[in-house]
Amino acid sequence: MIEVKDLHKAFGDVRAVNGVSFQARDGEITGLLGPNGAGKTTTLRMLYTLMQPDSGQVLVDGIDASVDPLAVRRQLGVLPDARGLYKRLTASENIDYFARLHGMPEALLATRRKALIAALEMDDIADRRTEGFSQGQRVKTAIARALVHDPRNVLLDEPTNGLDVMATRAMRRFMRQLKDEGRCVLFSSHIMQEVAALCDRIVVIAHGRVVADETPDALREQTGEANLEDAFVKIIGTDEGLAA
Amino acid sequence: MSPAFVVFLKEVRENLRDRRTLINALITGPLLGPVMFIMLMNVMVNRELAKADKPIAVPVIGAELAPNLIGALKSAGIDALPALPDPEAAVHDQRTDIVIRIAPDYAEAWNKGQAVQVELIYDSSRRDASTPVQRVRSVVESYGRREGAMRLIARGLAPITAWPVQVADRDQATSQSRSALMFSFLPYFFVLTVFLGGMYLAIDLTAGERERQSLEPLFVNPVARWKILAGKLAAICSFSTVSLLLSVAAFATAPLFIPTEKLGIALDLGFRFAAHVVLLMLPLIVLLAALQSLVAAFAKSYREAQTYQSILMIIPVLPSALLSVIPVKAESWMYAVPLLGQNLGIVQLLRGDGVTGEQVMLCLAGGFAAAAIAVVATAYLYRSERLAISG
Repeated sequence: MIEVKDLHKAFGDVRAVNGVSFQARDGEITGLLGPNGAGKTTTLRMLYTLMQPDSGQVLVDGIDASVDPLAVRRQLGVLPDARGLYKRLTASENIDYFARLHGMPEALLATRRKALIAALEMDDIADRRTEGFSQGQRVKTAIARALVHDPRNVLLDEPTNGLDVMATRAMRRFMRQLKDEGRCVLFSSHIMQEVAALCDRIVVIAHGRVVADETPDALREQTGEANLEDAFVKIIGTDEGLAA
Repeated sequence: MSPAFVVFLKEVRENLRDRRTLINALITGPLLGPVMFIMLMNVMVNRELAKADKPIAVPVIGAELAPNLIGALKSAGIDALPALPDPEAAVHDQRTDIVIRIAPDYAEAWNKGQAVQVELIYDSSRRDASTPVQRVRSVVESYGRREGAMRLIARGLAPITAWPVQVADRDQATSQSRSALMFSFLPYFFVLTVFLGGMYLAIDLTAGERERQSLEPLFVNPVARWKILAGKLAAICSFSTVSLLLSVAAFATAPLFIPTEKLGIALDLGFRFAAHVVLLMLPLIVLLAALQSLVAAFAKSYREAQTYQSILMIIPVLPSALLSVIPVKAESWMYAVPLLGQNLGIVQLLRGDGVTGEQVMLCLAGGFAAAAIAVVATAYLYRSERLAISG
């Protein structure tokens, strides 16, 4: 369960995030939709405590991120915008490194790693060094690394960015699986179809503000448009920076 | 396992797989100093020896006027060559190191018992010519003294009448302290080794990780950033320590390759010396690791970090350069200045004087204090939001 209350963040004169509030519930997929530069990544970065908000509050499972950032990070599995893997380590070693940083015991670590490698269908690359991995293989490894500690809440920044059709489908399947396991899944995207196909709830962000926070059906109703794409364009006021 | 230790293990393992880091830490860094040192020393020693022992030939103008002088020169291994037309030009053009010109009235004046002139034409700004010039001068002068003494005796006077003051040399230099003069640049090699040993790691662990965008995922883990930094610094320090150990080990073998006995100097680079050097260098290992990380954390890319590192590399040269230009008498506070203290201490060890306990303590205290400041500054920089964000 993630609660965001009235977040603000400015870089110099640029107000990147200007009053964002929403909730992401357990057992649901919440999509953060917005054009490029709308403030999605900055919002997520404040969620996983990489950045301090200028004002506002972030609660993860009831823990205030500004009070105990380490505890918040323990509750989160994060696929940041930056996927950087350690290219001189194998995929498994990359996963193990983060597991150990979480302080996981070795036995549990091995079980979790194996389970994730199976779930993400990455047996063939598990023992290869990550140098020269394809975009899809990199994302899989980064996700396994982010989820090895079995977090209740999962944050994914543009998880399908740069993936081909097959990899994208696999990723969506995996996200539904996370939801079925009862986790709180929050992901950002600028791709409308993806959000429409996956989300239980859509938070639309434009110019650093939340302009809509509804279920997909409610969004269509609210705007009077049968087509989600038209509904989004109507909400945001422009189709700039969005992809179909 | 503590998170800092996890970071440490991972960084060491990852960098053991990187050939460039390994070559720098295990080969270039530790061996550059000793190899350069041995080569330089051999070139120097061989040149000096060649000049001191070998017979030399010197053009003499008017040789026929002073056959006895020529004989004296010859018995000292200096052969007379035929006269040159323009001796000044010959010396200037480096065709010869020195030319002897005997005045045309030499024989006449000599027979009358008057003072005669022997000119030595040379260029004192040419260092490599100084050995032959000194040899010729000393032979000519001792010939003159000998003949003078003979004349006094012939007149029934004791030769000491003409030399009431006698200079007696009591050189207090030991053979070790003489060698220390030549080896005053040695401390810089040790600093350089530590620097090179840790450099690529420092770049890779901060700027490199940032460039590869892996710093952001790393910071998302529930680990305080100072613990991550501690693990990284420990990894850098262990690489540079290995470099230093290899380097002192290589230096310990250096006397085998340098004909020190021919120079009449002693070179003790054995275990005692090595242990002291490592002890004195300990604070520098931490200090340099922190400074390198600090500088690398400012850089946005690997390449930029490399540029900053090469600027940083100039700083350790300063004390060595300063000491060779301005020879200062060591005051005790100087030992507490990082780099300077190590420099003084290592030169002192080379002279065979050893270092006192107080000097070692000052060296360690000053060095570790500076290292602590650098570590805190780096930790502060590590807390910044901007550090993690690559884009």
